Amino acid sequence: MIAEFGLAALWLAASLAVLQLLGGAVALREGEERLAVLVRPAAAVQGVLAALSFGALLLLFTRTDLSVKLVAMNSHSAKPFIYKLSGAWGNHEGSMLLWVTVMAMAGALIALLERRLPEKTIQATLAAQAFVGLGFYAFLLFSSNPFERLPEPAAEGMGLNPLLQDIGLALHPPTLYFGYVGLSVAFSFAVGALITRQVTPAFARAMRPWVLGAWIFLTLGITAGSYWAYYELGWGGWWFWDPVENASLMPWLAATALLHSASVLAARDALRAWTIMLGVVAFSMSMVGTFLVRSGILTSVHAFAVDPERGSFILALLAIYIGGALTLFALRAGTVAEGERFAVTSREGALVFNNVMLCAILGIVLVGTLYPLLTEAFDVKVSVGPPYFNPAGAIFFVPMVVVMAIGPLLRWRRDWLGRVKTPLIFAALVSLATLVGVLAWNPPGLLPLLGFAMATGLGVASLLPLRGRSLRRLPLAVWGMVIAHLGIAVSLFGMASESAFSVEKLVAARVGETMTVGPWQVRLNAVEPVAGPNWTAMEGRLAAEYRGGRAVTVTPQSRTFWAPEQETSESALLTRWNGQLYAVLGDESEDGRWQLRLWWKPFVTLIWFGGILIALGGLLALLGRLANDLKRRTAQAKIAERKAEMG
Amino acid sequence: MSGLRWTIWLPLAVFAAFLALVGLQLYRPAERKVQSAMIGKPVPQFALPAASPDRPGVSTADFRDGKPKLLNIWASWCIPCAAEAPQLAELQAQDAQIVGVAIRDKPEDVAAFLAQYGNPYARIGADNLSSIQLEIGSSGVPETFVVDGQGIIRYQHIGDVRKRDVAILLDKLKEAGE
Repeated sequence: MIAEFGLAALWLAASLAVLQLLGGAVALREGEERLAVLVRPAAAVQGVLAALSFGALLLLFTRTDLSVKLVAMNSHSAKPFIYKLSGAWGNHEGSMLLWVTVMAMAGALIALLERRLPEKTIQATLAAQAFVGLGFYAFLLFSSNPFERLPEPAAEGMGLNPLLQDIGLALHPPTLYFGYVGLSVAFSFAVGALITRQVTPAFARAMRPWVLGAWIFLTLGITAGSYWAYYELGWGGWWFWDPVENASLMPWLAATALLHSASVLAARDALRAWTIMLGVVAFSMSMVGTFLVRSGILTSVHAFAVDPERGSFILALLAIYIGGALTLFALRAGTVAEGERFAVTSREGALVFNNVMLCAILGIVLVGTLYPLLTEAFDVKVSVGPPYFNPAGAIFFVPMVVVMAIGPLLRWRRDWLGRVKTPLIFAALVSLATLVGVLAWNPPGLLPLLGFAMATGLGVASLLPLRGRSLRRLPLAVWGMVIAHLGIAVSLFGMASESAFSVEKLVAARVGETMTVGPWQVRLNAVEPVAGPNWTAMEGRLAAEYRGGRAVTVTPQSRTFWAPEQETSESALLTRWNGQLYAVLGDESEDGRWQLRLWWKPFVTLIWFGGILIALGGLLALLGRLANDLKRRTAQAKIAERKAEMG
Repeated sequence: MSGLRWTIWLPLAVFAAFLALVGLQLYRPAERKVQSAMIGKPVPQFALPAASPDRPGVSTADFRDGKPKLLNIWASWCIPCAAEAPQLAELQAQDAQIVGVAIRDKPEDVAAFLAQYGNPYARIGADNLSSIQLEIGSSGVPETFVVDGQGIIRYQHIGDVRKRDVAILLDKLKEAGE
């Protein structure tokens, strides 16, 4: 019954999306206001129904209802509860249902809360939202029904990919999805504003919380995904320029540019066409990313390969949405006046520069991700990795960081560098001192060296906007900017340190042997078999001493899951304030020695700590904006009340 | 701005090129089927002690007696292995010789499993480190290989043996014996 209920709710939600689209489309024509009143209620109810449908799927997974095909294919009665739950979205159909659910709920929120924009713009926005949603509903209902029953219930489920049986991965996909869906809302706003030609600061303010929210989730998702890849894959790296990683990085880059551009539009009524363009591009990147990941068209360490039929479905959606939006943009952008002018040396100027740099990096990543596809069309197989991405990205990243340090100190519209000379010289000196210090102590390669210099310089510069201001009266949005920029500096420091000063050791060790890696002495005490709820493993017991200090035990495992069958290596991490010891247990060789891989990675944790800071900055900015909106709304309500009393 | 009007169409052009590229790639027939690299190669060198007191262990030499065999990799802790037990019994009833390798198992668990689900095996080796599993290119349990009389691997079946697989395996055994 639950499965049928879920399917029925999904069909109803889809039909409401049709109503929402038709109502919105008809309402845009003069004198057709009757259907227009249906748009907001349709969006609200659609959100509730989609949520009910997803709730039904969750219930089926927690009960391990093996008469449902999706549950039988992706779950197992012996699985821990949290992974039963995450199994609901740890697969193709479930994740698509999650997508459409979050999207419908976002539509419901817009319908219930958004009152600032002209009603027609809201209706056009909700119609665009329904249009995007319908593609996903069609996908679910006609091609990959998550509620399909088996002819007879399975005896036992196939289980969840063991690589996904990890708390990080239980939370990582929904986090990214919230980000992608937030960008779909920004996209709908952009389309709505283009249709009604209402590209105004009010539009930017209405869109901004969604972009900010999406950006926070994307930041957290990427940070968590990177840390997961680092400890779970057992390769010791934190970023591989893998197509799947790029699939989430590209929308993040576009969203970062969009966020800054929307701020300019909101504050200064400039960059209208550019903001719209980025709104379209950011969502395009989410869709392109989803397509690349889900179609199995690119080879990746993440085994998501799905049949080409599904790939073509997403491709068709992509063609309709993005192609349609870009055509609309090309037709309408000329009619959107550029807005206020500004000098090159100004806050706007710096933001435009960073926008262009972000877009250039986005282009570099996109080209690198798609290049193997291009050469494969000519039967040449290549893989593009760090040797391309790192230097090519750095060309644009370095000037961007420099402008990032200066921009927040500049005034809107027109400024001169002489006014902010002194603090900037201070930041530059710190940067230079770092450069000299690192070179004198232990010279690394060029990129890490640049990384160190920029990290400290930017770190100091990002705190400069706090100078001379009352910290208690400082708006939350400014705090958000300061913390987010500081987060970039902190991450950068971690990356530079990890790539410059990591020490690696690969040994074949007998039980009882001691190895040295960096400042650590590691002794292999034993290797023993252990068993978990759905796996067995060989577990190494290592005693690790930091510079002759107290020994701490770490236990890397080589695990074998049995449903479905898969080998994984559970690396062991020992975190100190100044870095991490990373241990991986490999196979036993014939003479009884164990393969051990050990790393000492100084300050590696700063990479992810920085990511959390960036997201925190976004959160503060979002809270600040929401609080401002609330204040403005209550003030307006009070004025209206007064007027009514007087009138 | 009027001189730059064409740039407005640029994103659309780039997007169209992207669509053409991935569309083309999507419909190219690609080798998506995974085939074991071990097919056509001899069974790796190994000698395993017996996993069960009433059956001998397994070594590479056992595969060179001229008779085709099934090599079944399994474990008592593996639920799909229990699910395939009736099919293995069926195969044994049809005169298939089945050699088992128990992965990371304990003797008492093996005995309990065989007592409950039947024992279709002519020999059972105990592989406590899953070393055979890795060498033979098997990704997990259960997995079944068809090995000919000279010890050459002819066919690999991944996952549990379902009812419809029984006939296929019997055919492959017959082919391997010719």
